[in-house]
Amino acid sequence: MRDISMHILDLVMNSIHANASFIRITISETSETISLKIEDNGRGMTDETLKQVVDPFFTTRNTRAVGLGIPLLYQNVKNTAGSFNIDSKINQGTIIKALFNKNHIDCIPLGDVKETLLSLIMVEPNVNYIYKHEKDNQQYVLNTKEIKDILAEVPINHIEVINWLKKDLLQYNKDFKIGLYKGGSKWQN
Amino acid sequence: MKKSIADLAKIRQETLRKIQLRDKEDTNCRIVVGMGTCGISAGARPCLSAIVDEVHKRGLSNIQIVQTGCVGMCRLEPMFDVYVGNEKVTYVNMTPEKSRQVVVEHIVNKRVIQEYTIGEVEK
Ligand SMILES: Nc1ncnc2c1ncn2[C@@H]1O[C@H](COP(=O)(O)OP(=O)(O)O)[C@@H](O)[C@H]1O
Ligand SMILES: [Mg+2]
Repeated sequence: MRDISMHILDLVMNSIHANASFIRITISETSETISLKIEDNGRGMTDETLKQVVDPFFTTRNTRAVGLGIPLLYQNVKNTAGSFNIDSKINQGTIIKALFNKNHIDCIPLGDVKETLLSLIMVEPNVNYIYKHEKDNQQYVLNTKEIKDILAEVPINHIEVINWLKKDLLQYNKDFKIGLYKGGSKWQN
Repeated sequence: MKKSIADLAKIRQETLRKIQLRDKEDTNCRIVVGMGTCGISAGARPCLSAIVDEVHKRGLSNIQIVQTGCVGMCRLEPMFDVYVGNEKVTYVNMTPEKSRQVVVEHIVNKRVIQEYTIGEVEK
């Protein structure tokens, strides 16, 4: 993966394939680190699966019975001497945390998180996404449930809405201070 | 320019009008984009973005865009299937530019771009 936003897309696809209906993405930046947290209410993993997912990180030679996504993320985190953690409870959900040391020469860039969010909203509109980005004492929050409530019978992935969201999210990229929905977003039901 | 709830409410109204006006004979089309780890790392996201942009530019409605995971042909990613009616065409090794061409040629002009299809590439 070229950047963190691609990892986010990949990790959220895992949550979607685990039947999650709520997914919260949190990015927290300081001058030294980028921390990423992805929480879902999907089917979770058994201890057995969790061990398998984590195993290839520590064994040098391993035919991969499970996929590549998480090991790739782990590798990119490890390259910056960062930290990585998965917490998962069967039938409850999964929390993945990754910490990148930004100033490390091998740290991949954050990338275009806006494009990742738009892609997710486009292909899986029924999931409720909460996206939170904190940086320099400011925060941006996007809660698709709030948007859907206003749109009512108009689908959030209607091409006109996507185009509008794209412009709005673009705005946020240019000037961090501007956000549509600030704070007050509730997690879960 | 600050976006607000009022903007969103306006978008809702405009979109509703468009949905109601929509020509019932419009092409019924579905695009299934490979978004497993292999697809994403090969560049599925910029392809998807290009498709969405071209669909918007051409004012197409009735186009459904959905995702699928890894289908076991990782070296052909980015790939997507285009369904028009019951007919399925699989496009492989896509780029944003080729993806736009598919929207214009296949969906608007109803001409399959053979050159980009799995049958042609796998020959
Ligand atoms: N959010 C999640 N919820 C439930 N299971 C997950 C989640 N993320 C990963 N997994 C499990 O871990 C496995 C490995 O994930 P990953 O490394 O991304 O590879 P892949 O998605 O290709 O299988 C998945 O197949 C799945 O069983
Ligand atoms: Mg995966």
